[in-house]
Amino acid sequence: MALTGIFLVVFLVVHCYVNANVFFPNAEENFNRAAHFMGSNLLIRITEIGLFAGFILHIFQGYQLEIKNRASRKSRYAVTAGNKTSKWYSRSMAILGTLILLFLIIHLAHFWVPSRFGGLDEVYYDGEKFHNLYLKMKNTFAAPWVVIVYVLGCISLSWHLLHGVQSAAQTLGWTNKKYFPMIRNIGIVFSILVPLIFALMPLALYFGLQLDLENITLLF
Amino acid sequence: MQHYSMNLKLKIWRQKNINDQGHFEEYDVNNISSEMSFLEMIDVLNERLISEGSDSIAFDHDCREGICGMCSMVINGQPHGPWKGTTTCQLHMRAFKDGDQITIEPFRANAFPVVKDLMVSRTAFDRIIQAGGYISVNTGNAVDGNTLPIDKDMADESFAAAACIGCGACVAACKNASAMLFVSAKVSHLALLPQGAPERKQRVVSMIAQMDKEGFGSCTNTYACEAECPKEISVLNIARLNREYLNANLSGQ
Repeated sequence: MALTGIFLVVFLVVHCYVNANVFFPNAEENFNRAAHFMGSNLLIRITEIGLFAGFILHIFQGYQLEIKNRASRKSRYAVTAGNKTSKWYSRSMAILGTLILLFLIIHLAHFWVPSRFGGLDEVYYDGEKFHNLYLKMKNTFAAPWVVIVYVLGCISLSWHLLHGVQSAAQTLGWTNKKYFPMIRNIGIVFSILVPLIFALMPLALYFGLQLDLENITLLF
Repeated sequence: MQHYSMNLKLKIWRQKNINDQGHFEEYDVNNISSEMSFLEMIDVLNERLISEGSDSIAFDHDCREGICGMCSMVINGQPHGPWKGTTTCQLHMRAFKDGDQITIEPFRANAFPVVKDLMVSRTAFDRIIQAGGYISVNTGNAVDGNTLPIDKDMADESFAAAACIGCGACVAACKNASAMLFVSAKVSHLALLPQGAPERKQRVVSMIAQMDKEGFGSCTNTYACEAECPKEISVLNIARLNREYLNANLSGQ
């Protein structure tokens, strides 16, 4: 669980970084070029197979663990301590994971399937042909219910990561008296920041918001 | 602290033997002193049940001073009751007020079968210890105190892990009925000391194998164990256990 979890966390960083193009000027071209690179680079396509394997393994092991753990106590307590002794989201990883899985199926059907199996419009930059995934994204996020589903997906992801990041570190034995607070804080920041950036994407496209970088003066 | 007496409604798990289904029964107890311990309150109820000619409530206890690890019980959903870092025998009735309803259940886990009423068999823990929770030394005179220098921090951390009394509250509190906190405490207190070094790798592998065989669940790091442990054993021992296990396996143990 921990190893596949950390692998998927790394994937989230890459996914978040590439998609952040939508916030910046010239979003359409930059995003489509990035998507083209991700779809055409052989190394990345091989990694994609690994990514699917990572997801399937994480999901399969997760359910296996949940079933085993539920079976470890056949007679249930009449009264439970609930939130007095542990966080609700740490006890609800299977439910949160299931919500993320449902979201993932919708998400793949929206973008991954048309990217790989056709159904996208074409666009030309400097005479070169690209899939217009950006347009697909813009059209998809024109529907309010899609935006709401995506935001809810990101919220589930946030709770899942809030437990998951530090739990993976603990399982792999990386935590000790000195580093535990730091690892826990990294987990908190990561689990809020990354899903927040993801959630802002459909919102930004729906409301047509973009960062105006022309007016920001950089160091030089 | 003000001394007071109280009347309570108890809902207690009754189970004839290991094969019985078990059920809750309700009892009223009156005039309970706030100065009594929780077990003394049950003693009072048992005296009454015996004088009425009915079967007394079976529960585990021994030293009644919080060090033997015999007492158990889940009180209103919490192993060893509502006080932090306290065993059931050290829980006092001043934790409750007049008119309270208290639900008392045995520790529940497949690996801890209920023997009778509130008594569970925790021999699974004994078998885990037998699998490697010891050091092999020739007996003889105790060695002189300072012949083997040990880092103070190490000694303190080892001692904190060795404080585990093996009561099983961690298993009872865990939603997965996992024994990781117990095993991690037992592995840690020896792994941190030079005396534990010769059998370090074999110990962790054998103890984990036995733990899995006993039918405990797997740890998902909810940390309910640490919150309920009467000796406040840290979950960082679980990280150490995971490290020890990984190291032992990587070196081909």
